[in-house]
Amino acid sequence: MVRMATAAESFILAIGTKKGLWLATSRDRREWSFSGPHFLMAEIPSIGIDTREGRTRILVGVRSPHWGPTVAHSDDLGATWSEPEHGAITFPGDTGAAVERVWQIYPDAESRPGVVWAGAEPISVWKSTDGGEHFELNRGLWDHPHRSEWGAGYGGAAAHSIVVDPAGETVHVAMSTGGVYRSLDGGSSWEARNKGISAYFMPDPNPEFGQCVHKIAADAAVEGRLYAQNHHGVYRTDDNADSWNSIAEGLPADFGFVMLTHPRRDGTAWVIPLKADGERIPPDGKLAVHRTDDAGNTWTGLSAGLPEHEYNSVLRDAASVDTAEPAGVYFGTRGGTVYASADEGETFTEVASHLPDVLCVRAAVVAGA
Amino acid sequence: MLTTPADGPVTVGHLLDAVAADYAVLGRRLRDETGALRRFVNIYVGGDEVRRLQGLETEVVPGQEVLVIQSVAGG
Repeated sequence: MVRMATAAESFILAIGTKKGLWLATSRDRREWSFSGPHFLMAEIPSIGIDTREGRTRILVGVRSPHWGPTVAHSDDLGATWSEPEHGAITFPGDTGAAVERVWQIYPDAESRPGVVWAGAEPISVWKSTDGGEHFELNRGLWDHPHRSEWGAGYGGAAAHSIVVDPAGETVHVAMSTGGVYRSLDGGSSWEARNKGISAYFMPDPNPEFGQCVHKIAADAAVEGRLYAQNHHGVYRTDDNADSWNSIAEGLPADFGFVMLTHPRRDGTAWVIPLKADGERIPPDGKLAVHRTDDAGNTWTGLSAGLPEHEYNSVLRDAASVDTAEPAGVYFGTRGGTVYASADEGETFTEVASHLPDVLCVRAAVVAGA
Repeated sequence: MLTTPADGPVTVGHLLDAVAADYAVLGRRLRDETGALRRFVNIYVGGDEVRRLQGLETEVVPGQEVLVIQSVAGG
C-alpha cells in the first residue's frame, strides 16, 4: 500500500552523516528529492525535527573536527541555517567542561511547545524552552554522585537517549556507559534504574549502574513501559524502569544499537540485530529489521527490499519512525545507504546510497514541504 | 584580517578574548568553553606555532601579525 501525503503535507527525511547532512522530501516515501550536503566536512550526530507551533524546525548537532561542536537550526527546510552567537549548548564556566558532541536532540510533546531536550558528551542532559536555541545544563544529573564511575562506550561517554512521559514529570535517560537513570520530578533529581539489565563485562554482572545501554524508547500507549537495546540484551520494563525483563528470545542476536517504537500503537517496536562482540555485522551478513507487535513476546524478521549481503552496522540514532498511518520506518547504515519503509517495515526501498557513514536519521510528516 | 588595539605586548589569549568579544561565533570555533585551543586550530606568532612557544601565554607586540590556520588533517 502506498500512502500518499495529503494535499497539505509531505514527508521529510534528514540524514546526518560523518561528513555532512542531507535533507529529502517526498510525497509517498518512495521517491525523494534531496538537498545537500549541508555542513560538508562536519559530523552530524544528532537531529531533531520539531513540527510544533505551526512550523518545521530542523535542529542539528554539528561537530566539526576542526572547529568544534555547535547546534544549528533551520526553519526553511535547510535553505538557511542559524546558530546563536554564544552557542546553544555550552558548559558554564564553573563546570570546567567542554562539549565534545551533541548526541541527541529531542523535541518534547505538543503540550509543551518550545521545550527541547538534548543529550551530550561528556555525559550531560540539557533543556531548552525556546525551541532549541538556548539550552541549560541539567545540574541534577551533572552533579550526580555516580558521575566519577560512569564510563565511556567506544564512541564516547554520552547521554544518548532521552524519553519524557506525557505529563513531563518522569524522564528517563540512557547513557553509555552508566545505564538508565530516571527522574520523577522533571529532571531535578535522578536515580539509577537498571535492575535486570546485564553488564556481563563488569565484575558484578548485575550492578546498580554501569550498564552499556545502547538505546531506550517508550511504548506509545502503555504508561510506564519502555524498551531497551543493551550491549547484549533486549529488555522491556512495565514499571517505569524499576525492573527490566528480557524480550530477546526470538531475535537472531541480542546485540544492536537501535530501538524504535510505534508513534501510536502499544506493544510495537523495531530493532536491528547485529552479531557481537566479535563480527559486529548483521548476523551472517543478512540485514533485517525485526518488529514485535506484542511488546517483545515474539519478533518478526523483515527484509523485503534490503540487500542480500550487508556488512555494515546501523548506529543507535541512524533509525527513525514517522507519525504517519501506517508508520514509516527509516534507517541508514555505516556504509552510507539509507532505506525507507512506508508500511511499518514490511517492505523497504533504498532511498540513498554512497553517502558517508550514517550517524543519525530522522523523519517527520510536515505541512506543505 | 582582524585587528585589535593594544598599548603594549599582549598574550595570544588576550587577543583571542578580544576576537571573541566582537565575533562570538568565531571565538567558539577557535577555543572551547574552558578556553583551550581546539586541537586542529593552529596559531602562529613569528613563524612558530604557539604550542612550541608559551601556548596562549605567548606574547605578541603591537604591529605583530598572528596567523590562525586550521590543520589540513582530515579523513
